[in-house]
Amino acid sequence: MIYSYLPFIILLLGACAYFIGSAKAVAVSGGSGGIRSLHSLPSHYGALTALCCVLPALMVYALWQIAEPMVLTSMIKKGLPAAMLQLSANEFSLVLNDIRNAVAGNSLSGSGDTVILAAAQRYMALQATAGKIASAVILVMMIAAVLIMYSRIHIHLRARNIVEGLIRISIILCSAVAIFTTIGIVLSVLFEAIRFFKIIPLQDFLLGLDWSPQTAIRTDQVGSSGAFGAVPIFVGTILIALIAMVVAIPIGLLSAIYLSEYAHPRFREIAKPLLEILAGIPTVVYGFFAALTVAPFIRDIGTSLHLEVSSESALAAGLVMGVMIIPFVSSLSEDVLHAVPQSLRDGSLALGATQYETVKNVVVPAALPGIVGGILLAVSRAIGETMIVVMAAGLSANLTFNPLKTVTTVTVQIVTLLVGDQEFDSPKTLAAFALGLILFFFTLCLNIIAIRVVQKYREQYE
Amino acid sequence: MATENKQTMKPFSVHMNKDLQRRYRAEKRFQRCGIAAIAIALSFLALLFASIIGSGYTAFRQTFIELDVHFSEDLFKDENLAAADYAGLIKQALRTAFPEVKERRALKSLYMLVSPGAAFSLQDMVKEDSRLIGSRQKIWVPANDDVDMLIKGQMKATEAEADRRLKDDQLGWIGQLEKDGKLETRFNTTFFTSGDSREPELAGIWGAVKGSFYSLLITLLLSFPIGVAAAVYLEEFAPKNFWTDIIEVNINNLAAVPSIIFGLLGLAIFINFWGLPRSTPLVGGLVLTLMTLPVIIIAGRASLKSVPPSIREAALGIGASKMQMVTHHVLPLAMPGMLTGAIIGMARALGDTAPLLMIGMVAFIVDIPGGFTDSATALPVQIYLWADSSERAFTEKTSAAIMVLLAFLICMNAAAVIMRKKFETKW
Repeated sequence: MIYSYLPFIILLLGACAYFIGSAKAVAVSGGSGGIRSLHSLPSHYGALTALCCVLPALMVYALWQIAEPMVLTSMIKKGLPAAMLQLSANEFSLVLNDIRNAVAGNSLSGSGDTVILAAAQRYMALQATAGKIASAVILVMMIAAVLIMYSRIHIHLRARNIVEGLIRISIILCSAVAIFTTIGIVLSVLFEAIRFFKIIPLQDFLLGLDWSPQTAIRTDQVGSSGAFGAVPIFVGTILIALIAMVVAIPIGLLSAIYLSEYAHPRFREIAKPLLEILAGIPTVVYGFFAALTVAPFIRDIGTSLHLEVSSESALAAGLVMGVMIIPFVSSLSEDVLHAVPQSLRDGSLALGATQYETVKNVVVPAALPGIVGGILLAVSRAIGETMIVVMAAGLSANLTFNPLKTVTTVTVQIVTLLVGDQEFDSPKTLAAFALGLILFFFTLCLNIIAIRVVQKYREQYE
Repeated sequence: MATENKQTMKPFSVHMNKDLQRRYRAEKRFQRCGIAAIAIALSFLALLFASIIGSGYTAFRQTFIELDVHFSEDLFKDENLAAADYAGLIKQALRTAFPEVKERRALKSLYMLVSPGAAFSLQDMVKEDSRLIGSRQKIWVPANDDVDMLIKGQMKATEAEADRRLKDDQLGWIGQLEKDGKLETRFNTTFFTSGDSREPELAGIWGAVKGSFYSLLITLLLSFPIGVAAAVYLEEFAPKNFWTDIIEVNINNLAAVPSIIFGLLGLAIFINFWGLPRSTPLVGGLVLTLMTLPVIIIAGRASLKSVPPSIREAALGIGASKMQMVTHHVLPLAMPGMLTGAIIGMARALGDTAPLLMIGMVAFIVDIPGGFTDSATALPVQIYLWADSSERAFTEKTSAAIMVLLAFLICMNAAAVIMRKKFETKW
């Protein structure tokens, strides 16, 4: 009972500890000079007491939360009849699941089984006792911590330094989350990908021309093994990204140049946020737009020109993706153009060049590294974009460069392979992680190169 | 100048003028290209909004049919009111409205006019007020989605009968209902209050909105404190060494990693390794936290950078420790910028779909989630699910859901802009 409220109790006791600590600090400073004789402010003593009291308690609580199911399950196991213990690992885990369900109160399968019900009851009894013990241990620990701190507080205790040290450690941990995330990504895709490459050799995956991951249920069916040659997927991804860049680079770059070199400030003030709306629209909306409006439109135009256009053509997906990327290209290149020093422009104009000639011969060449960096970032985004292609591009892996045909991309395949029921041993599911690994490393390289290029460029003019 | 030139050195000036004109033409052309580029981009924006609003505004209204329902006592003999045959009540009411229909198949297509959800609304009415039993009531019940499409003009009665989902006899009945004033469109409250459904006329976004809300709550509670702490450390405390360089490269790179990769991380680590429940806002929120963190950290650092060093020096000068300087002076000044970054990050998290697909928030879930560990879906995922469905009535639902999503996003971004304007300090 008390166990379920434990986190609140811990925090409440922590608050009490804060007041006890600061009151004690005021009390010990009672001599000449008041609290000026203390090393730190009373609030620091309070905070130190509270931290000493709460942190270990929370740690024990968290550890117990994680360890409890394991410990209790192993205790339950001893009491089960011998016949059950001889079951295979899979069946035994089913039994344990039944017990857990019975504990949670929703016994759907095998509700009549007395053995399981008895085990569940024993589990609950154990849980209750364990909760009581854990609560008692934690509360005793907290009170002891407060008492020890209370006796330790004196005017020379460097409370502020200790508290600030603790805060510093915690903010270092917070900034390390970024590293942990990257490690997590690498590990999560790497392990499954290695398992995949044990089944399908790496060269077959990277160089194979045939992709049909659907494995048959019966082994004697046609194509039961599945084929995992990823070249058609890579080609499809590149094709769609290429179409997107053909749309986004000219439009994005020209609008950036116009906005930064020509536009009246008032026009700029209106046009720029409007362009940025394009970047803020969720990709699922673009996907719906592509499937609902753009794809039928392109197909109609194609049929009126007597061309055979697939209803999920690469062109539609690429076009809409290009629109999505326009603000990305334009805002990045505008930043870069802004960084070009005015003196370069003035020099060129003073020699009699028109503004166009200045832009063409001076500003853009000077900004080129930065623009290229921005475009690389945009390419990485186009390759990793998911929803547009999931909704507007197809599933069939055709090895073609014809933009009117259906192609598929890495992200589409990841989504189709992983959505729905999965078994984590089949190469079909593992293939998604292999594709994820390729996608991650490819975009990682693009990003790192692009970020380096942009930073180098910025430093050049700063 | 030009005329003077013409008189004195004619051959040269002609050449020069031509050249100049060519150069000016190029200049004009280039400017026009720039304007055209902006116009193309903005017209895409306009087209997108027009196509979404054009196909979605009708979803906010819904067709209802008035039925004369007789809650006869024979049907409510059982103690359990929920077990009564409410679908039978509806059928009976339809039969009394159209007594001339006798044949089984005709009756079946007559019953098709009313939504299967009508029975549930009758059930709710009886549950609320059991005195209804035995009485006769005129009740408005939702029409089936095909009728709805016809009334809204999205299904043309002029099409060939084989191409239509409503047949000629059904059109006749609908015409009669319309003539008798027993058919009208009303504001569609179902759309805002119910969860997903297989029947378009019963489907709503409330479940998805709540799922999104729970996920974003977790995201905000985790990513804002962690993001601010990380930004403070990197900007104010971190020494310039190998490790902080690595952290910095990591953050910049994570901001550009495709969101689907975060979904893979969530699937492999949160669900398979930690054993957190699938399809829940808890896991969704955690994944979105990892995605939003770099955005918040980058915005936070920029905002800390804009606080002038004089503030720091003044604080240190009067004896504050470094931590006191940050918490008492720098952080409060940088807070508006950090909040703006957080809102923009949250807006991105709200619109993101791909990572949620990976962690199983795409299931068909009718119930409205009541907590962080209930199975749920999210608003953009709901849009994806409806966009996939083949029924025509779901197209307008999809567009309407997109309008709701965009409204949320616009509000969030407007809040960010207003906040930036209001608290912007020029030092």
